[in-house]
Amino acid sequence: MKHTIKELEDIASQVRRDIVRMVHGCQSGHPGGSLGCADFFTALYFEVLNYNKDFNMDGVGEDLFFLSNGHISPVWYSTLAHSGFFDKSELATFRKLDSRLQGHPTTHEGLPGIRIASGSLGQGMSVAIGAALTKRLNGDKSYVFTLHGDGELQEGQNWEAAMFAPFHELDTLICTVDYNGQQIDGPTKKVLNLDSLQAKFEAFGWHVINTDGNDMQAIVEGLHYAKTLTGKGKPILNLMSTQMGAGVDYMMGSHKWHGTAPNDEQLATALAQLPETLGDY
Amino acid sequence: MKKYTYTEKKDTRSGFGAGLHEAGKKNENVVALCADLVGSLKMDAFIKDFPERFTQVGIAEANMIGIAAGMTIGGKIPFTGTFANFSTGRVYDQIRQSVAYSNKNVKICASHAGLTLGEDGATHQILEDIGLMKMLPGMVVINPCDYNQTKAATLAIAEYEGPVYLRFGRPVIPVFTDPDQKFEIGKAWMVNEGTDVTIIATGHMVWKAIEAGEKLAELGIDAEIINIHTIKPLDDEAILKSVKKTGCVVTCEEHNKFGGLGESVARLLTTELPTPQEFVATNDTFGESGTPDQLMSKYGLDAVNIVEAVQKVIARKKA
Ligand SMILES: Cc1ncc(C[n+]2csc(CCOP(=O)(O)OP(=O)(O)O)c2C)c(N)n1
Ligand SMILES: [Mg+2]
Repeated sequence: MKHTIKELEDIASQVRRDIVRMVHGCQSGHPGGSLGCADFFTALYFEVLNYNKDFNMDGVGEDLFFLSNGHISPVWYSTLAHSGFFDKSELATFRKLDSRLQGHPTTHEGLPGIRIASGSLGQGMSVAIGAALTKRLNGDKSYVFTLHGDGELQEGQNWEAAMFAPFHELDTLICTVDYNGQQIDGPTKKVLNLDSLQAKFEAFGWHVINTDGNDMQAIVEGLHYAKTLTGKGKPILNLMSTQMGAGVDYMMGSHKWHGTAPNDEQLATALAQLPETLGDY
Repeated sequence: MKKYTYTEKKDTRSGFGAGLHEAGKKNENVVALCADLVGSLKMDAFIKDFPERFTQVGIAEANMIGIAAGMTIGGKIPFTGTFANFSTGRVYDQIRQSVAYSNKNVKICASHAGLTLGEDGATHQILEDIGLMKMLPGMVVINPCDYNQTKAATLAIAEYEGPVYLRFGRPVIPVFTDPDQKFEIGKAWMVNEGTDVTIIATGHMVWKAIEAGEKLAELGIDAEIINIHTIKPLDDEAILKSVKKTGCVVTCEEHNKFGGLGESVARLLTTELPTPQEFVATNDTFGESGTPDQLMSKYGLDAVNIVEAVQKVIARKKA
C-alpha cells in the first residue's frame, strides 16, 4: 500500500468537500453520484492506477481510466487535481464560462487527465475496449479501468460492448459499475429494473466481483483483487455498491440529489460533516 | 415598431408540458414516452392524469424511438421526450428508418436545445438538430418562440398526421405571444411590418429580434420581423413577399449556421430571388459550460448581433 486506509479516507473527505463546494459554486452539477464514488476515485488514483502525472494522451505503458457516466465530473476533477494533474485552484472554475472544467468531461479544452468526452451516457465501455485493443496491438500490458452508472447500463450500447469484450478475451479491462440503485426519475428498480447485473454479465462471459464502494479498505482490496483476475481470458466487472450522496447525510437514501445543487445553508451542513484534510481550493 | 410587452417569463418546455397535458385530455390516443427525464420535460401533469398512457423507457433513447414507432401501428399518437441531443443525433437511424421512412405518426419532442441549456456544456448542447431533422424527407420541424407558442404547437402537432420534430428549451424567457393563438404548421407569423430589412427568427431568437427591432427603430431603420416557427415546411410565400419589399434579410437562430433555418432561407432565395443575407447563428462550433446569457453573448446570439447584421446587410443591399 502506498497509503494507509486512514490517509485515503482523509483524501476522500477532501474530495467530498470539493464536490459540494464546486456544485454549490455554480449552482448546478451532480453531487449525488460524485459523493458516492469519492472512495472509488481516491482508491483508484492514490493506490491502484499506474499513471504518469505528465499527462500524455496515448498513455503508452500507463493504466488508463475512462469515466462513462460523465455527469459525476466533480469527483474526477477533484481527484485529478489532488493527484497533481492541474492546480486545485482551477476547481473554482467548474462549469463557468471559459473553464477547462466543463460540466461533463471533455478533451476539447485540453484538461490533463481526460482522454475522451463523456456526458451522453452509454459510450464509455466501447471506448475503453478500443483503447484496450490498441494496447494489445502495441504489446502494452497495462490495464484499462472504467466507471459506469447503473442507470446508464440501460443504454443498449453497453450490451453491444459487453458482448464484444469477452468474445475478444479482453482480460486487461476492469469495468466498475456505480451500483447505487438510483437514477434521475427514481430508483432503477422502478424506472427500468436492471435485475441481476451479476447474472447478466456472467452470461455474457465476464468475471464478476462485488465490492462495497463506500468502505475504503474494501474498495482498495477489491480493485487489487480485480487486477489479480486479469490475464485469464475474461474482462472483469466490479459491481460496486454505493450510496448516492455518501458522506452527506441529507443527500443519502434517495435519487433527489442526483443533479441538484445545495444552497448556502445546505452547503454549511454538508461541510460540517466533511473534515478539511488537504486544504480547500 | 409594434410594441411587445410581457408580464411573466416561462420556459418553453413548460409550454410543451401544458400542451401535452391538454392534448391528452382532448384525444385518448395521445400517449407519451420518456427516457429518465420526466421532470426536465415537464411531463408530470400528463403522467398524473394518464398514468396508463405513459411509458417510462429508462435511459434508452433508441429503444424509445422504436417503441414509439411501433405504437403508431394500431392508432396511438406517441410523444417522445428527452433532451434535443438525445432526441436526434443519438437516435438518427432509428428516426430515419422507423419513423421518417416508414412515415409513422411520432412526435419527437426535444427539450434543452441549443446553448441555453447552459452549464451542462457541449455534450448536451446540440446546435445541429434542426439540420439533422430537416434533412429527413417528410419530417416537419418546429422551433417555437415562447411558452404560449410551444403549447399551441404541441396541440397542433397532435392533430397533424405524420412525423414531427418539436424543439424547445430550458431557460425562462418572456411570454409575449397570444395565449389563445391558433398554431398553423408551416405558416409564418408577422411580428412587425417594416420596409428596410427582413429579420427572420425562430425559437429563443424571436424575442431577441424584437429587442433588436426596437434598437433599429431608434437608429431610423424600419425592420420587418417574421417568426418562422416551422422550419420545414418553410413558408416560402411569406418570406418571398417580405424580401421583395425589403431587399435584404437577416436570419436568427440558436443553431449552427451550417444546416439551420438560415440555410433553408438562403436555398429559397438563391433559387427564387437572390438577396443579400446575413446569418445570426453559431459558426461551426461546439458550445461550452456557462450561464445561458453568457453563452448567447459569447457566441454572438444577442440583440446587438442582430443589429450589427442588419446594418451590414443594408450596406450590402445599397452597394
Ligand atoms: C444518452 C443520455 N441520455 C440521458 C441523459 C440524461 N441523464 C444524465 S444522468 C442520468 C441518470 C443516470 O443514472 P445513473 O447512471 O444511475 O447515474 P446516477 O444517477 O446514479 O449518478 C440521465 C438520464 C444523458 N446524459 N445521456
Ligand atoms: Mg445510479
